[in-house]
Amino acid sequence: MIKISAKNVDVFYGKKQALFNINLEIEENQVTALIGPSGCGKSTFLRCLNRMNDVIDICKVQGEIVINDFNINDKGCDVVRLREKIGMVFQKPNPFPKTLYENISYGPTIHGMAQSKQEMDEIVETSLKKAALWEEVKDRLHEPGTGLSGGQQQRLCIARAISVQPEVILMDEPCSALDPIATAQIEELIDELKKEHTIIIVTHSMAQAARVSQNTGFFHLGELIEHGSTDKIFKNPENNKTQDYITGRFG
Amino acid sequence: MNKNKEKLLAKRYSSEKRFQFLGKSAIFMALLFLAIFIFKIFSTGYTAFQKTWLIVPVNFDAETMYLDANPSKEDLEDADYFEISLQSMFNLDKNANEKQQNELKKMVSYFFEREIKQELINDPSLLGKTKDVYITASDDLDQVFKGNYPRDLPENQRRVTDYQLKIFDQLVEQGKVESKFNLSFFTYPDSREAELAGIASSFMGSIFSILVCLAIAFPVAVLAAIYLEEFAPKNRFTDFIEVNINNLAAVPSIVFGLLGLGILLAVFQLPRSTPLVGGITLSLMTLPTIIIACRASLKAVPPSIREAALAMGASRMQTTMHHTVPLSMPGTLSGTIIGLAQALGETAPLILIGMVAFVNTIPGSPMDPAASLPVQIYIWAESAERGFVEKVSACIMVLLGFLIVMNLFAQIIRHKFEKKWS
Repeated sequence: MIKISAKNVDVFYGKKQALFNINLEIEENQVTALIGPSGCGKSTFLRCLNRMNDVIDICKVQGEIVINDFNINDKGCDVVRLREKIGMVFQKPNPFPKTLYENISYGPTIHGMAQSKQEMDEIVETSLKKAALWEEVKDRLHEPGTGLSGGQQQRLCIARAISVQPEVILMDEPCSALDPIATAQIEELIDELKKEHTIIIVTHSMAQAARVSQNTGFFHLGELIEHGSTDKIFKNPENNKTQDYITGRFG
Repeated sequence: MNKNKEKLLAKRYSSEKRFQFLGKSAIFMALLFLAIFIFKIFSTGYTAFQKTWLIVPVNFDAETMYLDANPSKEDLEDADYFEISLQSMFNLDKNANEKQQNELKKMVSYFFEREIKQELINDPSLLGKTKDVYITASDDLDQVFKGNYPRDLPENQRRVTDYQLKIFDQLVEQGKVESKFNLSFFTYPDSREAELAGIASSFMGSIFSILVCLAIAFPVAVLAAIYLEEFAPKNRFTDFIEVNINNLAAVPSIVFGLLGLGILLAVFQLPRSTPLVGGITLSLMTLPTIIIACRASLKAVPPSIREAALAMGASRMQTTMHHTVPLSMPGTLSGTIIGLAQALGETAPLILIGMVAFVNTIPGSPMDPAASLPVQIYIWAESAERGFVEKVSACIMVLLGFLIVMNLFAQIIRHKFEKKWS
């Protein structure tokens, strides 16, 4: 089933065009990887999906992005409701400088998801369990989240993102600041999360894309060169540029 | 080739040594000036914290005071103390002629009658008895006792007569002159008499001014800073506003004084010489300082925190109020305190709005006339009497102490509450 479909998406930073006519469909409950060399626009595209580009004054997004039969670039779209449904995990772990508990409970609090302290405790526990962090931190929920290791911080950010039960999780190079062991943990987690969420991950590592994703899109210089199932892209790409990138001839 | 390299190396070493030497001497110079300044202030000022008292036997004679044997409290309040007070001074030299008696009276402050009255009111059982009472010495004798007054001047160039010195020396010999901590310096308002002048009025004036200044400047500045930094679109108009806020910070303070005079006093008819007007004027000065500090600390909050909150579905307002503003508060508060410390030391605008007036009452609210500490320094520094010289230094010490405490507080806030970003 198609969860998200982008039609003719153009993005401009001031006068400079960053994305050219992107058409891409994202399958529900699967992992879609966006790969490509630095500056190719894959993060920009990812940030279109929850309208994070709104934050940048000079950024203009054109075209249609339809999620649940609803174009999020419409004027009537409320970004708060949109971002409740579409969570995001960033490149650098960015926990709030508050306690672990407060980090997780923030989203449910502002969206009014828990009626009592008990419900909130449950949300915090399940979120941390889903993010495979519960066992490590259950005794220090009221210590600052910034005191964790890098990999734990990133899993905390994932727990924070899933605390509001989003339908889609966007991940912007979530492992680029982590060591191989922490990376393996996050990848395992992604595999687990795709049962309940649709995941789109931007990554620099082709090995990671091959390991975690079912679908892959290859970006180059602001254009979507090729997309399809990960198997096909890695074993049998149609486009020469894709072939060159995957075999490491450039990028 | 090798020689050339060695030459370069030697050059590099010597230039580094030269630089370090210059840096060290610059620091040494700065510390030296500071040390000289502080030494000068302390060496002239510390004597102001001591006051000289004459111990004079007073005969609380009921008849002279027109009191009966068992007077009520009101009677004691209304009694005539002038006669017994005068008499006790005259008794210091029983053979004094009229001119000498007049000089005897001038050896103590004009408060002596009140001091004697207070003694009896505190202990009514003294009625009819004689008791040694501490009486504030005149400022000139105070200075003589502290060794600040040249005794070898010819008599006609001195404010203390030879006769007064003779009696005074007798008292010193009898151990009837004592130096005690000068509490009245902190509890009395300003006075024309140096021995009775205190900083209570100007201290309270400063406190009220600062409070008014804080109450106006802080909310306005923080709101302006948050709006400009987090909400306002970045365009030419907001750039223009930013430039003008920076310009405002560079406006000489006396200009704000003129503004206070022209607008607050002339147009709005607010009461002259009051901390209310002083505080409003100072708040205009403090406003840009706080805005700049608040904007800087908002800018220092990493964008990743804003993104994290926004991506969780927080609105812009929630992101700002839940995350950015709390994280920027330590910087904002320490900037505010530094702005207030600047305002506390400000003299020129307060002179223009009339806080330089002679105020001998302690203000009870920002609507009462008052002076402020730096203006008090200015007033006393203009006074000719020798007794005020040490007061000026002492007042500077109090002001400096106040400023140091405030700056220390700002530092503590910054170090204790500022988050460290990994």
